[in-house]
This record gives sequence, C-alpha cells and structure tokens, in this order.
Amino acid sequence: MLRRMLEARARPQGPLDRRDARSKLAALLVFLVVISTARYAFPATAAVMAILLAAACLWAKVPLAEALRRAAVVLPFTAFFAIVCWASGDAERAIALALKSYLSCLAVWLVVATTPMPALLRGFESFGAPRFLLMVAQFIYRYLFVIAEEARAMALAASARGSSARADFRILRFRAAGGALAVLFARSYQRADEIHRAMLARGFRGRMRSLDAPRFQLADAAFAAAASLIAVGARLAAERLV
Amino acid sequence: MARLVEIRGLRFRYPDGTQALDGVDFALDAGESVALFGANGSGKTTFAMHLNGLLEGEGEVQVCGLPATGGNLETIRTKVGMVFQDADSQLFMPTVLEDVAFGLLNRGINPVEAAARARTALAAVGMDQAVDRAPYHLSAGEKKRVALAGILVMEPDILVLDEPTTFLDPPAQRVLADLLRGLPQAEIVVTHNTLFAQTVCDRAVFFERGKIAARGSVEEIVAHFDWNFASQATNFGR
Repeated sequence: MLRRMLEARARPQGPLDRRDARSKLAALLVFLVVISTARYAFPATAAVMAILLAAACLWAKVPLAEALRRAAVVLPFTAFFAIVCWASGDAERAIALALKSYLSCLAVWLVVATTPMPALLRGFESFGAPRFLLMVAQFIYRYLFVIAEEARAMALAASARGSSARADFRILRFRAAGGALAVLFARSYQRADEIHRAMLARGFRGRMRSLDAPRFQLADAAFAAAASLIAVGARLAAERLV
Repeated sequence: MARLVEIRGLRFRYPDGTQALDGVDFALDAGESVALFGANGSGKTTFAMHLNGLLEGEGEVQVCGLPATGGNLETIRTKVGMVFQDADSQLFMPTVLEDVAFGLLNRGINPVEAAARARTALAAVGMDQAVDRAPYHLSAGEKKRVALAGILVMEPDILVLDEPTTFLDPPAQRVLADLLRGLPQAEIVVTHNTLFAQTVCDRAVFFERGKIAARGSVEEIVAHFDWNFASQATNFGR
C-alpha cells in the first residue's frame, strides 16, 4: 500500500497534482476554517461540503471510494467526544463533531493524495512551519517505507519456512509474534541508520531538495482564490437555504 | 602522482566493544585502483566508511590533504563518492532521476542543471530509460547501476565501492568493470570477487582482524591467501 502511494507520487495524474502545494494548502486552510466555524444548519452545510469534496476528488482523479474510506480513519478518535456530547444530551453537536472531523480529514486527504511529500513539506515551510518539525515529518515518512519493506521481507522469510499470518495471531504464537516485532524494529533501525549514512555521504544537510523548483503561477493563485470562494459561498448558500 | 588518501594508525571500536580497526596505514594516489580483500568482519567496510567521515576513529585520516574531521567533512564528501553494498539503502527518492540528482541538489546546483547532469550519468550506466521509474521497482542489478550513477554524477576524485558486484549477473559485472576502467577517478573496491578485482584494480590489500596483513598486486594477494573460489572448490573434492 505504501509502495502504491509512493508510485502515485512519482507520476502526477490529475489537474490538482499540477497546482503548487502552497495554493492547495491555502485553499485547505480556508476550507478547514469554513467547516470548523460552521454552526447554523450544519447538516445542510455538511451535505454541501461533502458534495463539493466528492466533486473535487473526481476532478482531481483521486479514487473517491478510497478517499471516503481513508477519511474514516479519523472517526475512532472523535467518536469518544461525540459519544460524550450525545450522552450529555447534545445530539446535534455530536453529529456535527463527527461530520466536521470526517470532512476535514477528507479535505486533507485530497491535498495529500495530490501533492508529493517533499513539495507538501516545502509548502508548510513557506507558511512558516518550524524546519525541525518538518524534518522529523520527512524522516517519519521515509522510515515508514523502511519498516514496511523490512516487514515484507520478514513475512516472506517466515512464509518460506511454513509460517502463516493467521498462525502468528493465535494466542499460543503471541510470544513469537512479539519477538518478530522486536526483530522488525531492530532491523528497521539498522536499515534506517544505513540510509542516513548514505544521505550524509551525498551531502545531506537536513533539508530535502527537489528537482521541481516550485513556481507559484497565476493559475495557482486563481485556484486558491476560486477554491476558497467556493467553500465560503457554499457555506453561506447552505445556511441561507435552511 | 598526487596523494589523495593518507591514513596512519587508524583504530576504531564499535560501541559494543568490537575492535573493527586496529592500526591501519594506507595511502592512495590519483588514478590508482585498489582492491580491499579480507574475510567478513575483517574491517573492510568500516575502513571504507572512514574515508568520507561517516565513522571517525583514532588516528590520522587525510583526504585530498584535509583531515577527515568536523568542518572538513562537507568538502571531503564532495571528493569521496561511496557506493554502498546494499543499493536499497542508497536509493530513497521517489524517482530514479530525483535520486541521482540528490547529491547535486545538496551542493546547491540548480534543479535544471542537476536534472541534465543526472540524465547524463544515468546514460553512462545504461539506465537512461529509467528516469521516471521508482527505484524500488528496479531489479537488483539496475539498482546498483542507479546507485553508481548517483555517485558518478557528483564527479568525486575518489570512488569507494563496497561489494559492487553483489546481485549483478556476469554480463552486468563485465559492463561495470568496463565502466570503472574507463573512469579517471581513483578507486577503492571492497570485494570478494577476485576476478572482478583483477580486471579493475592495480593492487590489493588484505584485511585481517582490523589490520592490513598484506599488500601487493591482486594476483599476489589472491595466491598468497588462497583467496579465490576455484581453489576452494577443489577442496570440495570436485
């Protein structure tokens, strides 16, 4: 799955991929403010925003079903607060909380799915995000792939010796699976160390540079403005309709 | 000939207490090509990593006249190009072109020039058709060639190659040997492949328990330490 994501980044596919990360981040910021501050007629506003995001996914050639599924990852985190609201008698707020977090996550996914990670981090940097924080994010992203690769290699090796994933989850095999996890992290640590050395050997000084020199064009400004206006306009229209 | 590498009394101990290098003296002149032989764990790779300051031990390490410490490391890393044993550790960018250009961009070269030079380096190793591919989709031999391109593009004075023939089939080994012989850089080749070393290197040193146990021509070292597969195969009773 991680491989698929990285491969997708290697070949931009839709019109949103071509837009500068800064314009997408600006539009995202406006959208998040619009959705998080909506108070009146929220179900209607949420419905309009959902339609907007779905249309944006289709336009950007981001698989809609996958986007909807991935955005749901945030729900377990907000579920607790939604349940508390519900239990305290405020069902409307509980629904709004879940919807707002889901739609926000969907919007974030749309930007992430159409922007290569280095460009995204450069975009955050130009918005004033701390360099150190971005570097940590950059390495977490890189090492996720390391761990995934090591896990895949270990799973293959285990399968070759007659193991099966199902067997490893049995209670009796729990200790063995725990051991495998420890080995996975030890191997990943070693591999991460090798990668870091290889980066240093080629002059890495704490900042990933990219071949794509970012150029903020008129089309990027137009996109940011249009997307922001649509988000604001959609909310105002939804609130007036109800 | 200009002296590129001068090492005296190099010692290095890993945090777990393993004495990997125990007083190594070594010199390399411009245009030379030296093979590093020795058993697994004898200190070859540890030694190689001192050449561009990835490890710092006790003793004196000078590269192109500069001590390999602190403030000089940035300059030294532009002069020493290291191809790692495991190409997967060396390839970390989303596309082959971006990976090869990585070192140039770190040097502050503008992206347009970096991309052009990266394409030239990829053509030199026969990988120009793979510029837009993701590195992890390449075969092991292709990864090796891309890793080499990532170093060649930086035009270092010294090439350090750690087990360059691992994962390469014999034709790919021949292509690599031809390529290395045609390069003007001084080369240090860590290898177990004696035939490859005989083809590429002018001389060899033999590592044993963190020390250089012998120096000489590749043929002399191979004969002295019985360091080739053919003689071992004879011992299998074939």
